[in-house]
Amino acid sequence: MTTLTDPPRASFRLSMLINDTRYRSLTFQAIALLVLIVSFAYLANNLLTNLAAAGLNIAYDFLGSPAGYDINQTLIEYDSQSSNARAAVVGILNTLLVAFLACVTATVFGVLAGVLRLSNNWLVSKLMSFYVEIFRNIPVLIWIIIIFTIMTAVMPAPRAFRGDEPEATMLLGSIAFTNRGVYLPAPVWGPGSMVVVLTFIASIVGVFAYRRYATNLLYATGKLLPTGWPSLAILFVPSLLVFFVLGRPISLDYPVLGGFNFSGGIQVGAPLIALWFALSIYTGAFIAENVRAGIQAVSRGQTEAASALGLRPGRVMNLVVLPQALRVIIPPLISQYLNITKNSSLAIAVGYADVTATLGGITLNQTGRAIECVLLLMLFYLTISLSISAIMNVYNNSVKLKER
Amino acid sequence: MKKSIVLGALTIAGLAAGAAAAGTLEDVQARGKLNCGVTTGLVGFAAPDANGEWKGFDVAVCRAVAAAVLSDPNAVEFVPTTGKTRFTALASGEIDMLARNTTWTFSRDVDLKFTFVGVNYYDGQGFMVPKDLGVSSAKELDGATVCIQTGTTTELNLADFFRANNISYEPVPIETNAEGQQQYLAGACDTYTTDASGLASTRATFENPADHVLLPEIISKEPLGPLVRHGDDEWADVVRWTLNALITAEELGVTSANVNEMAANTANPEVARLLGTEGTLGEMLGLDAEWSKRAIAAEGNFGEVFAKNIGEETPIGLARGLNAQWTNGGLIYSPPFR
Repeated sequence: MTTLTDPPRASFRLSMLINDTRYRSLTFQAIALLVLIVSFAYLANNLLTNLAAAGLNIAYDFLGSPAGYDINQTLIEYDSQSSNARAAVVGILNTLLVAFLACVTATVFGVLAGVLRLSNNWLVSKLMSFYVEIFRNIPVLIWIIIIFTIMTAVMPAPRAFRGDEPEATMLLGSIAFTNRGVYLPAPVWGPGSMVVVLTFIASIVGVFAYRRYATNLLYATGKLLPTGWPSLAILFVPSLLVFFVLGRPISLDYPVLGGFNFSGGIQVGAPLIALWFALSIYTGAFIAENVRAGIQAVSRGQTEAASALGLRPGRVMNLVVLPQALRVIIPPLISQYLNITKNSSLAIAVGYADVTATLGGITLNQTGRAIECVLLLMLFYLTISLSISAIMNVYNNSVKLKER
Repeated sequence: MKKSIVLGALTIAGLAAGAAAAGTLEDVQARGKLNCGVTTGLVGFAAPDANGEWKGFDVAVCRAVAAAVLSDPNAVEFVPTTGKTRFTALASGEIDMLARNTTWTFSRDVDLKFTFVGVNYYDGQGFMVPKDLGVSSAKELDGATVCIQTGTTTELNLADFFRANNISYEPVPIETNAEGQQQYLAGACDTYTTDASGLASTRATFENPADHVLLPEIISKEPLGPLVRHGDDEWADVVRWTLNALITAEELGVTSANVNEMAANTANPEVARLLGTEGTLGEMLGLDAEWSKRAIAAEGNFGEVFAKNIGEETPIGLARGLNAQWTNGGLIYSPPFR
């Protein structure tokens, strides 16, 4: 009678780190990690030694001292006596503004162009492929400069609006297109304006509620309610009613030509427009390709089956094709949003005061703290990119194929 | 140093000290070429001419140094730098010296670790406006849009000036003088501000220079001069005394035309010391005795360089003013050669 025993455990020998496949990969990874740490340490040490030899050190005191320069577009209060840190924040907000605006418009351009490129209309589809190929294959910096140059050269200077017979006139008497930017009327919030705004917000909620009700009704009973015109009605009618009942609490502040420039109203500066537009059309071309790829990834049979059920082409696109295509479209779309944010650093070419221009440009130059500023910039862009990724991944998870 | 905290355990520290300051003078002589940082193009001060050859007031300093050190005024590699890249280029060793309308300020000298070797142009910041704007003083510029080269002292002076006079403006930051000129001419800004000499130089390139006026206000002191890295005093001395040699040469009447003749038969002991026929000044600098003769022969003395590039006979048309010799009531003054 024999007793089954476990085979004797081989005692661990050092040579097994190399010879035993169970440990070998770990060994190599540990060595690689060590080499990596040592090389980074070497580089950091080299940097610090060289800085010390040049009599420099790494210090962030400069962030608290007055910046001493002015910025042409500030979303928060800022003057030349504000600190360098505040100048950096102004730049960060400007970066986020242009990145947000460009992401929205690039998505609109991209989706339109992507869908239309698959159109059966020969002219439309060729026009869209022309757009995609032209914009995708020329660097975005060149587009930014082209658009900015065209704006400054073609649009009239503010002084062209002066005099009894001005060379240029304002559109509808309220919007001025100049080579320094576009001047728009600004809303003036009188007493009672909050009620109008709140009504409008409630209307937006109402539109969503109505559409959800329509969908539920469709699924429950098969009865299809119109969504187009009722949505518009819910959106605007109550707000307009409240607006007139309260005696027009919101008025407009028109830009007027005074002194050297237009004053009053809202100024959208030429650098912002050039950067925003260039980033939008450039990245829009890439997004168009993503959208096209997404739509083509949906089997043709799906479209045919939907058509066989009697759905009209618009509904086929909205109900059958796009929901499936989104799964393919969204992951590369995240990269495009990251690209927009990073490409916005090309703002320096047109004098837009983004964070690269304030912290990484003027502050860096005036204080000479190049390494500190660049480290901060890297930290900022990394944070923003990771945040965009995280948010978009949450959205991606909500639309991806749910397996039950 | 903080590195000892981070890296105290690492034994590789000894390997890293590659930055030991080797002499720039030896570097330049071994290379056979002087790397000199200049502007990206400011006519009269530093700009390539029709043949692609760099010409100008700042360029002449580079050539004089090259002539003194390398015996060849053409052994210069001109590196165009913008207001933003110039200091990094110098600090990183990409260029040996910077001769580029750079204002000598406390923080650049002390905090950025550079050594200004002297002043070759006393300047001040001014404003240029189109004549038809009807502005006759910078104090009338309330609400104006101002084109300004970014990363310069002018940017800080501008903020100070408008703040002190309690008027507002809108800055349009630009990178290079060419870009500023284009924006200004397109009317994208009401006024262009930079050093008055730069404005005069820019205006000279316009189609109708008479349509633009320089406003009378000079809102800052801008002593412009060549600079080198901190910590290499031998090299700083070479550049400093080359500039001083040009200035002294004008004072003593030594020109590119008569330099050889003066060296051969002068009775003036100071001229003899300057031109190396007496004393060992060249040797003290680590150069030969003829160094200053070559520097002066390259582009002429300070006055010749001024007259040839930016003086009243040129399209730039700058008067000597503050930049006259001290003997003529100006500020240009060289320490004695002895």
